[in-house]
Amino acid sequence: MSNTRTVRRAQAGTTEPTWVKWTLLTIALAFIFLFLVLPLAAVFTEALRKGWGAAFEALKEPDAWSAIRLTLITASIAVPLNLVFGIAAAWSIAKYEFRGKAFLTTLVDLPFSVSPVVAGLIYVLMFGAQGWIGPWLQAHDIKIVFAIPGIVLATIFVTFPFIARELIPLMQAQGTDEEQAAIVLGATGWQTFWYVTLPNIKWGLVYGVILCNARAMGEFGAVSVVSGHIRGQTNTIPLHVEILYNEYQSVAAFAVASLLALLALVTLVIKQVVEWRFEREQKAAAALPPERPMVQAPATA
Amino acid sequence: MSAVNTVTLPLQVGSESGARRAPRRVLPGFKLTLGYTLFYLSVIVLIPLSALIFKTFTLTWDQFVTAVSSPRVVASYRLTFGASLIAASVNAVFGLLVAWVLVRYSFPGKKIIDALVDLPFALPTAVAGISLTALLASNGWIGSILEPYGIQLAFNPNGVVIALIFIGLPFVVRTVQPVLEDAEKELEEAATCLGATRLQTFWHVIFPTIAPALLTGFAMAFARAIGEYGSVIFIAGNMPMISEITPLIIIGKLEQYDYAGATAVAVVLLIISFILLLVINALQAWQRRRSGGTSQ
Repeated sequence: MSNTRTVRRAQAGTTEPTWVKWTLLTIALAFIFLFLVLPLAAVFTEALRKGWGAAFEALKEPDAWSAIRLTLITASIAVPLNLVFGIAAAWSIAKYEFRGKAFLTTLVDLPFSVSPVVAGLIYVLMFGAQGWIGPWLQAHDIKIVFAIPGIVLATIFVTFPFIARELIPLMQAQGTDEEQAAIVLGATGWQTFWYVTLPNIKWGLVYGVILCNARAMGEFGAVSVVSGHIRGQTNTIPLHVEILYNEYQSVAAFAVASLLALLALVTLVIKQVVEWRFEREQKAAAALPPERPMVQAPATA
Repeated sequence: MSAVNTVTLPLQVGSESGARRAPRRVLPGFKLTLGYTLFYLSVIVLIPLSALIFKTFTLTWDQFVTAVSSPRVVASYRLTFGASLIAASVNAVFGLLVAWVLVRYSFPGKKIIDALVDLPFALPTAVAGISLTALLASNGWIGSILEPYGIQLAFNPNGVVIALIFIGLPFVVRTVQPVLEDAEKELEEAATCLGATRLQTFWHVIFPTIAPALLTGFAMAFARAIGEYGSVIFIAGNMPMISEITPLIIIGKLEQYDYAGATAVAVVLLIISFILLLVINALQAWQRRRSGGTSQ
């Protein structure tokens, strides 16, 4: 019992006086309230300013539907492509040593530091009428810029690093021992990946995919440059929101925007659940006696 | 594809111990995954980015300088960098505070607040833009309170700063938070035992530990703010020379079919992004060394 008393006395030196604590807490919560809670609440309040009926009216419009469809199509192409890339990049970077690895990792991160507007511009310069292969594309009647392929490409660019950068540190931390054991025991490369690597990285994978998806569905700047803003054809949900807003259809704009805000909330919830489950499995794995194979941990949790 | 050729001698790295050489080679798929990584990287990122660089070389030096230094463009740099710097600084202060409160104190709703910090990552920028505008416009919840005092936060450079604070907030919190969680309380206890006040302990013991992470978060928020477009254009008012950000200048030039001019300004932004990326990498390396050093 005397032990706990010493601990408590030591802790007194590592905490602030109560008034300092409350002041810091109040300022931090006020900041969060002003900058995060209010903007989120404003989206839904503005959407429902004229009641549920008006909000649903905006969502039932054919232009809104085609925007939703295009956004879903775009995300369903961009996310799987970046998923395959993310796994390949993480496997090569995390499991092997080779020259230029640090440089490659930096290049994978590069799209995050490029302005979305510049990201859109580079595709216009490549595929646009005056671009590199624009004339050839025109001759063959292929439209990329100001059409759906351009939107998909720009979306792939801005969401490029999400999954890879989630997986690389995770796979690096896990090392290669388990995979080597699988190979030595006679598993093929694919079997090793499916039964050893994938169960180990699944939460990182889910985490990367939901963040990638949220950005893919919500991207505005890059898509705005390559879309051409053709109503009902090349408008994604964020672009549709912009058009409605600029036409002073505030309620409609916020009604459509609240779809995206809901997506953001769902993303945050899934993200939190994934974090908790991952932590639990880490703890379960750490609690196992060392001689038991770690691969069993995800199955038991 | 010269990088692939290095595959044949992947294990000449001196730091690898000889005993581990053989097992490393056991894992299959190196050529396949690295080859695909390089292919996809080239098609999506490197070749399109080089299109931008090549397009710039079609301009003469004089044309380039004229395009990137016209008064309207220079005014946009001033706004973009000034607002980004202010926003990143505000984020550094309040981000540190939020991280501190989340790590050190317990209060009801803490988990929800913790999850909510990532909202700017998850909420599409256009939604953030119109929502902040609705709040700060003279008929909005906040705007209507401030208007009698003559304070206007929307449709001028103030709005730009506020939008950039919103989108940069998670960077500082999420870089500082893990370092603060790992920081050893024993060091603080030692400082207290040696007679330091709480403030002295913070400045001389805690702050040096989290400084690299804080700087990294600041640089990330700054880099993100410079390129930001979606959330800013709704709230900025976009008046030439006053509240027009650099990415909007690029869009404006594109809409007038001035591809060369748009490219020139984009190259300036791109070079700054590269420099910031290198700075962030260096800061992260420093942070790893620092956290490696204190925990041992």
